[in-house]
Amino acid sequence: MHRFANPTRFLKVANAILPWCAVITALLLGVGLYLALFHSPPDYQQGETVRIMYIHVPSAWMALFVYACMALSSAVALIWRHPLADLIAKAAAPIGAGFTLICLTTGSLWGKPMWGTWWAWDARMTSVLILFFFYLGYIALVNAFDDPTRGYRAAGILALVGVVNLPIIKFSVDWWNTLHQPASVFRMGGPTIYPTMLWPLMLMAAGFTMFFVTVLILRVRGEIAAAKIRNLQLSLARE
Amino acid sequence: MTYLSMGGKGDFIWPAYLIAAIVMIALLVSSLRSARGQEARLAALRKARRGIPEDDA
Repeated sequence: MHRFANPTRFLKVANAILPWCAVITALLLGVGLYLALFHSPPDYQQGETVRIMYIHVPSAWMALFVYACMALSSAVALIWRHPLADLIAKAAAPIGAGFTLICLTTGSLWGKPMWGTWWAWDARMTSVLILFFFYLGYIALVNAFDDPTRGYRAAGILALVGVVNLPIIKFSVDWWNTLHQPASVFRMGGPTIYPTMLWPLMLMAAGFTMFFVTVLILRVRGEIAAAKIRNLQLSLARE
Repeated sequence: MTYLSMGGKGDFIWPAYLIAAIVMIALLVSSLRSARGQEARLAALRKARRGIPEDDA
């Protein structure tokens, strides 16, 4: 793993896989959307509204997954001082915030016709809103210092503190009374959802994951270039 | 038209898909533009300071 912590080596590998990631993302999302919108049946209780699930649920998974990646990357950066890990955490934050925003807004649009309300201050929704604020806090903090290393350290610690929120989100539907339905895919005893709905859901989730990888590579490339520019300017200033 | 109305729930379903598309396209485009911009700036700086090889610094 240490070999890939070198930015030059990372760029070589990342640039080689980037086009493949982009093509796979487009294919997964294309097929997933087709199945979600045209092939999957309406739900026997929710009718057509269930189609919101195909973006709401994968974006919720991604909101958690990206945060876990960001926190892990921050931990690696704080413990082993890998500069690339800082860049990966910083690059992941806006993508995670985007997925959380999609999760919150699509959830709201799903809640209105199903529960009769756009929003409820219950455990699941409130904890996801807090996750969104953790992302925003991280982004604000990482950019708040003139010296980027101080920003990385402060934001990295914030990212690690926010990890406590992840199990709260996951188990909120079991621990508290909530409007939100409990897990129906990742649960003991296997999924309770019919294959014609499970397939598009899984394809969309895979598509969102590959979208994350693609955009992450692009953002890390930008961050590496920005870091090199800073180093060049510093060495110019010293001359 | 009956398909678009989604059994009367199209007003909720289509905005959900639209918002997801807008957020994801915005992320993709801004990331692509920023990466290209930074890489172009780096290349220009290196050109101005000739002698620095591409994969160094």
